[in-house]
Amino acid sequence: MAQNGSGGLAQTVAEHQDEILSEWLALQVSGGALQSGRIKEAELRTQCRTFLDLLRDGLEQGGTDPEAPAFGRAKEVLAEVSRSRGMQGFTPTETAAFVFSLKRPMFNALNRTIEAAAGEGGGAVRAASAATARDTWDVTLLLDQLGLHAMEVFMKAREDIIARQGREISELSTPVVKLWDGVLALPLIGTLDSERTQVVMESLLQTIVDQSAEIAIIDITGVPTVDTLTAQHLLKTVAAARLMGADCIVSGIRPQIAQTMVHLGVELDVTSKATLADAFRVALTRIGRAVVKAPRAEAAAPVAARRR
Amino acid sequence: MDRIPILKLGDALLVTIQVDMHDRLAAALEEDLTERIAATGAKGVLIDISSLGIVDSFIGRMLDTVAAVSRMLGADTVVVGMRPAVAITLVELGLELKGVRTALNVERGMALIGRWLEDGDGDERDGPAAGDANDGDGG
Repeated sequence: MAQNGSGGLAQTVAEHQDEILSEWLALQVSGGALQSGRIKEAELRTQCRTFLDLLRDGLEQGGTDPEAPAFGRAKEVLAEVSRSRGMQGFTPTETAAFVFSLKRPMFNALNRTIEAAAGEGGGAVRAASAATARDTWDVTLLLDQLGLHAMEVFMKAREDIIARQGREISELSTPVVKLWDGVLALPLIGTLDSERTQVVMESLLQTIVDQSAEIAIIDITGVPTVDTLTAQHLLKTVAAARLMGADCIVSGIRPQIAQTMVHLGVELDVTSKATLADAFRVALTRIGRAVVKAPRAEAAAPVAARRR
Repeated sequence: MDRIPILKLGDALLVTIQVDMHDRLAAALEEDLTERIAATGAKGVLIDISSLGIVDSFIGRMLDTVAAVSRMLGADTVVVGMRPAVAITLVELGLELKGVRTALNVERGMALIGRWLEDGDGDERDGPAAGDANDGDGG
């Protein structure tokens, strides 16, 4: 039975393909698919035509079971469309509308089959309307399944983007900067969780070895909140650096954060300064350097540079 | 059984751990070092662990104990050349070795000991590692 039904369905689609396509496109355009300007009408038309062709092939060969291998190509194209929409920043609704807006043209096409049968007399009408009811149900199920598939791929694409951005952020925001011979700075930006602490700690310790640094300044100006966990991560980094033989100075502790830390009972057992400049001054003193004012005269400049 | 050599360098003892430490070796080192400090009257002990790729909690605690025992005998300990991975492991194990001074390499470690010897009898300590924290870990 189902084979018969879907055979009729495939035939219906094949017969009315051009009408379905133009109706589908018109629906999507009136639904605002082109408004964002992220996709051109020609591109949308190509996507729709390709998908409709493949859907028809699937219906002809695989019935209405979306899991059938005959639908493989159609699903691939659908996945590709959904993925590209995920990348282009379409909303989930806009992506789902691509499949679901196909329902109305399909139902209209089925109705037209009944109308055509009406010309032939009573028995044909009854048979056609029975077949149409069944086909309608099949088409609904099929398109729902395909719609869900599209959403799944869409969400996956978005999650991939989020994961990639997360990785990029953790790489970007942990540079170790050399301020002077033997003095490193580690400007921390963003929340410190255990995963990032690990990355930060490793890159700091490795740089301490590479540059034989004596002092590392950890600047937490860019850390929005310091709770007990963050403080613990911070202390771990300091302790590890100390084990390597380098002193740490924590700088950039904002007044509110200092208050929070004291209230929480977190004691930073390290030298801490309010600003990076203060910390740098301390660091220079510890390595026995001082910043002095250079003579301003242009002629004296090269001499002064050499003397230092 | 293998023993780790302890070299005397002026008023300081130099221990370079070149092999992977196992527990008995560590216990033997602790014992030998204590005896050598007492015998030579050394004022500083430098332990170079730059070849150690793996440090477990036992070795970590051994370092702490050696430092505490040495201090009782009047010598200060500096551990040098700890690798980043080892430092991270020790911190994760909760062994921060608060009673031990550290330096990046042997050269800096010797300079540190030299400064202590210049300062006098080794009781004075410069830098942020406070004496109070050391006493707490001694027991």
